[in-house]
Amino acid sequence: MRALQAEGVKTIFGYPGGSIMPVYDALYDYTRGEKKCFDHILVRHEQGATHAAEGYARVSGKVGVALVTSGPGVTNTLTGIADAMLDSTPIVVIAGQVPISALGTDAFQEVDLVGVSQPISKWSYQIRRAEDVAWAVSRAFYIARTGRPGPVVLDFAKNAQVEEIDYNPQKVDFIRSYVPYPKLEKEAVCQAAELINNAKKPLALVGQGVELGNAQNELKAFLEKADIPAGRTMLGLSALPSNHPLNVGMLGMHGNYAVNLKEQECDVLIAIGMRFSDRVTGNLKTYAKQAKIIHLDIDRSEIDKNVKTDVAVVADCKESLPAITALLNKNSHQEWRDSFKPLDEQERVKVIEPAIHPKEGPLLMGEVVNAVAEQAPDNAILVTDVGQNQLFATRYFKYHHKRSICTSGGLGTMGYGMPAAIGASFAAPERTVCCFMGDGGFQMCIEELGTIMEQKAPVKMIVMNNHYLGNVRQWQDMFWLRRKSFTKMMNPDYSHIAEGYGIPYAVVTDRKDLAAAVEKMLHSDGPFILECAIKEEDNVLPMTPPGMDVDKMMLEI
Amino acid sequence: MKEERKLYTLLVYSENVAGILNQVTAVFTRRQVNIESLNVSASSIPGVHKYTITAWSSDEDQIVKIVRQIEKKIDVVKANYFTDDQLFIRESGLYKLATDKLLGNPEISRTIRRFDAHIIEVNPTYTIVMKHGITEGIIDLFRALDAFGCVLQYTRSGRIAVTRGMQEQVSEFLEEREKNG
Repeated sequence: MRALQAEGVKTIFGYPGGSIMPVYDALYDYTRGEKKCFDHILVRHEQGATHAAEGYARVSGKVGVALVTSGPGVTNTLTGIADAMLDSTPIVVIAGQVPISALGTDAFQEVDLVGVSQPISKWSYQIRRAEDVAWAVSRAFYIARTGRPGPVVLDFAKNAQVEEIDYNPQKVDFIRSYVPYPKLEKEAVCQAAELINNAKKPLALVGQGVELGNAQNELKAFLEKADIPAGRTMLGLSALPSNHPLNVGMLGMHGNYAVNLKEQECDVLIAIGMRFSDRVTGNLKTYAKQAKIIHLDIDRSEIDKNVKTDVAVVADCKESLPAITALLNKNSHQEWRDSFKPLDEQERVKVIEPAIHPKEGPLLMGEVVNAVAEQAPDNAILVTDVGQNQLFATRYFKYHHKRSICTSGGLGTMGYGMPAAIGASFAAPERTVCCFMGDGGFQMCIEELGTIMEQKAPVKMIVMNNHYLGNVRQWQDMFWLRRKSFTKMMNPDYSHIAEGYGIPYAVVTDRKDLAAAVEKMLHSDGPFILECAIKEEDNVLPMTPPGMDVDKMMLEI
Repeated sequence: MKEERKLYTLLVYSENVAGILNQVTAVFTRRQVNIESLNVSASSIPGVHKYTITAWSSDEDQIVKIVRQIEKKIDVVKANYFTDDQLFIRESGLYKLATDKLLGNPEISRTIRRFDAHIIEVNPTYTIVMKHGITEGIIDLFRALDAFGCVLQYTRSGRIAVTRGMQEQVSEFLEEREKNG
């Protein structure tokens, strides 16, 4: 407990069980009375604890903590750990383990946690002796939050939990084999600046690295000095405000039309804290072949992993961006930036307007997101589940503040939304948390409604119900001869679900009621479920079919 | 453009903690590259273990990615890759031969001498022959002996290697780290 306290932990998301009982017993004293220093949030399933820790980390910038028992308790967290690994989210999962005397005997609720978690975590360690607790906890937090952040797993043997020793505080801030912040190379900085200074059509790709490095201002200074248009990845959406004049939209399969086409036209591509995911690049064989590629990343193993770079600047972007900016000439690329506009206009007319301001027919996801975005306060946080709800929400939400988006980008974890929103609401109680889910994902971690009920977590849940697993259905329609194999779904009566949990609920079936319902939701205290009856077979557009060239993006199908 | 298939040797240095081998081999598995041979032992640096791993690849970029992924592991100190011309290399072969066949055919003894191998144990049932060298020589000797039908068992060790370069990168890296840490 004192080791956690020393790391500045305030909130723990957890679920007790046999092998973690000694820790829970100690926690009893530290969550009440004069010793109180933690809030413990009892989730309803361990997967929820990890996603909540992720949401907490994403919004606060601090390490999220999940506390669970051994065996099934911790195997339930694996999805969250893998999710945090792919999305570079700093969490520490502390799990009980059978006593070391029972290890390897197939003891009750024993699982080889280090073995199963190693490939999906940044570091995984078994604490076997009480003397190691302070060191291991400090090392875990140091590894989770530094460099490229990620999930750390502590496998805490029960004997080490009960052995009594004097607490000897430890502060790990150096590991000789681990270089979290590579030294900025001057030569690379000069080469990058020279390429940018000579560029006629520069394009920046902004990723979550900018948020993780807290370099949002450094990014703005960089872009503004050289007048470089910037697209953002899904996880990087709030690294640059939506209304910034140099923002040219979202990258990727369902991103914005102009920026996807312009990736194939720019002469210098500057990737900043992003990893050229296949959802961004489409066909790598044709991706941005005409451009010189500059890649800024803190993780050397990302360089040349997917896209061959001409100049790699391996460092924290908080350091590398200002270093490059200092060498840039003040510049204007008005003509190049203007060339985005006709394409933006095409997308607006063909895709955006029909999606957010439809005149007739059933409700659409795009208009629901837009209605919420129009009324939500500037500091609102967007949380999404995975699927069409995520693609519409990320496209049409507006981002004004840094750290305003929680979504499962890399792993694409359905069920992520609701627990992540709980975590977000604890990280920033003063901000409005809007959580968009489909009817599929809503039911995948629906048990966390219990947590929301108990904690009165002020999560605004928007369930966009189309009775389909919509994204898969869209692919079946497009690529699988319209054979809708098990994507139609029978749903419960959500009003009764909400009533059971005592959570205020409203349903919108008619367009004219939407704005008022959204207003009611946003002005309510505490949690709210807004169900929207959505057109059953709507498609997310534009779209680059998987593995295709990014400039083959389709505005219609 | 496919390059010619080459044998790469990876030298990996790690802290002496449990579970590193798993992490190192998992990087190969994920990228579908087979490990040809693997040797693990303590290195000259206290507390640091050295892994010598060989793998075939026709794509140097693939090997670079593997090396970077390995080096990214928290407790891995350094990982590098080399081709044979950058290293001093040794492997060993052990051959268990049927003594009666060996005595019955003088050509077998001549072969053993020709390959610069040594007999290290003889009893009425079997004879143990050992050869140090590089992969090809050890395999060639096996093939030659096997042609006589006298081999009961044969095994070849993993490769061990030291670099030809003048710099000791790992010790220098650690010194640098300790100085700044």
